[in-house]
Amino acid sequence: MTKFEKTSSFTRRSVLLGGGALVVSIGAAISLETVLSISAAYAQGAKPPLTPDQLSSYIAVNADGSVSAFFGKMDMGHGLHVAIGQMVAEELDVPFRNVKVIMGDTATSVNQGGASGSTGIQLGGKQMRMAAAEARRVLVEMAAGLLSTPVDKLNVNDGVVSAADDTSKRISYAQMIGGKYFNVQLDWNKQYGNPLYAPGKAQPKNPKDHKIVGQPIKREDVAPKVFAIENFVTDIKVPGMVHGRMIRPAVAGSEPVKVDEASIKDIPGAKVVWDKGFLGVVADKEWNAIQAAEKLKVEWSQTQPPFPEQATLYDHIRKATVRKREIEKQNGNVDDAFKTAAKVIEAEYEWPFQSHASMGPACALVEIKDGNVTCWSGTQKSHFVQNGLAATLQMPVDKVRVIFTAGPGSYGRNDADDCAMDAAVLAKAVGKPVRLQYMRDQGTGWDPKGPASIHKARAALDASGKVVAYEFTSKGFSRVDVDTNGGKPQDTLAGQTLGVALKSGDGFGVPAESYAFDNKRMGWETIPPLLDRASPLRSAHLRDPVGPQIHFASESFIDEVAAAVNADPIEFRLRYIKEPRDVAVIKAAAEKANWDTRPSPRKDQTGAKVSGRGIAYSQRNGTRVAVIAEVDIDRASGKIFARKFTVAHDCGQIINPDGLVKCIEGNIVQGVSRTLWEEVTFDPKAVTSVDWVSYPILDITETPAEVNVVLINHPELPPTGAGEPSIRPVAAAIANAIFDATGVRIRRVPFSPDRVKAALS
Amino acid sequence: MNQRFTLNVNGQTHTVDADPDMPLLYALRNDVGLNNPHFGCGLAQCGACTVHVDGQPTRSCVTPLSAVGQGKIVTLAGLGTPEKPHPLQTAYVEEQVPQCGYCINGWLMTAAAFLRDKKKPSEAEIKDALSGLKCRCGTHISILKAVKRAAEMMG
Repeated sequence: MTKFEKTSSFTRRSVLLGGGALVVSIGAAISLETVLSISAAYAQGAKPPLTPDQLSSYIAVNADGSVSAFFGKMDMGHGLHVAIGQMVAEELDVPFRNVKVIMGDTATSVNQGGASGSTGIQLGGKQMRMAAAEARRVLVEMAAGLLSTPVDKLNVNDGVVSAADDTSKRISYAQMIGGKYFNVQLDWNKQYGNPLYAPGKAQPKNPKDHKIVGQPIKREDVAPKVFAIENFVTDIKVPGMVHGRMIRPAVAGSEPVKVDEASIKDIPGAKVVWDKGFLGVVADKEWNAIQAAEKLKVEWSQTQPPFPEQATLYDHIRKATVRKREIEKQNGNVDDAFKTAAKVIEAEYEWPFQSHASMGPACALVEIKDGNVTCWSGTQKSHFVQNGLAATLQMPVDKVRVIFTAGPGSYGRNDADDCAMDAAVLAKAVGKPVRLQYMRDQGTGWDPKGPASIHKARAALDASGKVVAYEFTSKGFSRVDVDTNGGKPQDTLAGQTLGVALKSGDGFGVPAESYAFDNKRMGWETIPPLLDRASPLRSAHLRDPVGPQIHFASESFIDEVAAAVNADPIEFRLRYIKEPRDVAVIKAAAEKANWDTRPSPRKDQTGAKVSGRGIAYSQRNGTRVAVIAEVDIDRASGKIFARKFTVAHDCGQIINPDGLVKCIEGNIVQGVSRTLWEEVTFDPKAVTSVDWVSYPILDITETPAEVNVVLINHPELPPTGAGEPSIRPVAAAIANAIFDATGVRIRRVPFSPDRVKAALS
Repeated sequence: MNQRFTLNVNGQTHTVDADPDMPLLYALRNDVGLNNPHFGCGLAQCGACTVHVDGQPTRSCVTPLSAVGQGKIVTLAGLGTPEKPHPLQTAYVEEQVPQCGYCINGWLMTAAAFLRDKKKPSEAEIKDALSGLKCRCGTHISILKAVKRAAEMMG
């Protein structure tokens, strides 16, 4: 695929010297040579290198006047591409519909970090905005020469530059540069990934002048999905392609010692690919590959079952050796303050392993041909997968192209990157393009998991009930036991099964809030993984990595302290929260929900069915969210109905309010699911959550009846993330509502009916 | 052993040579060349593979070819087109329902059969009819709005 669908059919000189409707006025003020030199400086026919310091790496004006925006991140379903298109169209002064955002293809974009940490707009959009502003600046400067009109006397409308005092003097972007490449150097900060930033000389527009940013523009990719005319990664086919399936051990950590290829000899075209712990099959037909994977007789190495009994998981975490301890935030003298306490409140909370359990198991297609590798993947990080494939296949990075193609859902480091590497190993072994899709048990049972953890909180109160000291410590499996991406073989199942040693990283986090306690300490401890190779319980990033678990604990605990001093949960929070935007989201949610100011729990309910309300709030990298949950509880069955949510959300400048609301609704519903139902089960040998029965998620019959979203817009502030922040406070808001309704505090997720019933009895 | 099957899919006839035990899903995707039914679980637990067989929502991932017989198969692509959309497709676009969109065959094909047979359903009836289908992105609120909107359109 070339960068432009149509090549320019006219030379630079022919454009400049006019023809057709193009009016080129070259007066005394500026010489032809000067005009040509300006254009030559900004545009050229040959493509500059695809490096972060080139404007052409982000923006191109095509011959037909359309604009291509090459984006090194990608949309995972929230409509990010719409927002990016809005930001680019706004800065360039072109119609929104003229901008096509091309996402996550390593052949056309630089590594902006992929889908990562809700930074699509916050960091990715920031860069695209600056690139588009710079493109407009140089185009207007080109036009100034061509129209012999100073820059400050020019206007731009819909991609046409015209003189303010004589609109007959006009030239379009397409006429100036359409089909050619920008040749403009940017001031790149020499960073790749999320921190990449490469502004030009231009300043972006004043938000007061925004006409496209802030508008509720709809997604164009919905109709193709609804009419079944858009390809998912699962739908890509290439000539000569065969189908692959992987085979995983029944006891995690064991490896094949004997593989009986004769056991699948009756299956047409079936072949085994076996190397150390890596075992897969391919066949010409998908059904045959599935049959071969099921029927292949394999003798596995005898391995000590690596996992504890699930019932002892939290004890394991409590007793496990701390691998890394970090205090992230500290002020005052916490230990001394606790010694002076009139009363100390303590609590501990528990969060299980959770699975991405994407709608379909991951799929990838890898073709190795003529020394080049092409991979279609639903990965969140195609540039990292490019590196991982190059390392796995021992090929130069520039011979590997990864084309992001929307996959069956993604909420972090799911099984997509592992699948791409497995497909590559299979493709290399059989010398044919391989389309690999995992099976359901592998999608749920073998994806990298959100880490299980425990969280200890304690607060010291003085005689008046004031919090004088606060300490919060998480202990759990690392959020980066395997990294956020498959960029290195050590972080993939293919690499680990082929013998590359895991280099388990350490990372967790602390509550993100602004409670101004005089003495405060927040930190975390990570523990080693349960299995150091190819583990189905390896832990990594799952939507809002460690955010839901940390804030389930911290915001439940704040509620416990409020109850201990008989204070209303919101009034108590506002005693300590000093950050004005935090106060604003809490007040906005309270007002919208008609919050009844009183201490929890309610004391006016009897009978089997009770109701309650709870609040939780948090920050996330500049975004602030307050969530009020209203829940109904059936004491007899233990079933929770999370009936109504009120969400106040401040992510700075809003790019697309409708897209933002949809994004928040999805976060709330997924948050309810993870709070009420989700827990990866396992036994000493293996993960036993392998499908939707053994890993239940929220059913449509349990959908909240209402999710009311209050958007707080700050056009004057840079936009921050929205992809994940609103899932963060959901669990605590529900827990606090359960407490309000029943007076019972549930400190372990999920709040499944059995657990709630037991807690209430 | 492979057998020859004649499938009627979206009004067209296709001949497929395949294992009688092979689920219909793979015939539709790989032999007929229709991408819209998706593999989600292979266990009839999620709905991503749903098609109509003689008007009945059917999980094609567990329906062996041998069980299809002369049944008339309709997939999402056969439900409507951009030029002549099914009301549910119109409503899905209007409500901007999907996020990743991988699940939509289940919801649309199940809801289409339900709304054909049940006029003016209550919200509880809609939820009950769609119970068991999965959406991992959490678009349930928009799904319900769209199905209600389509129900109104279908009178």
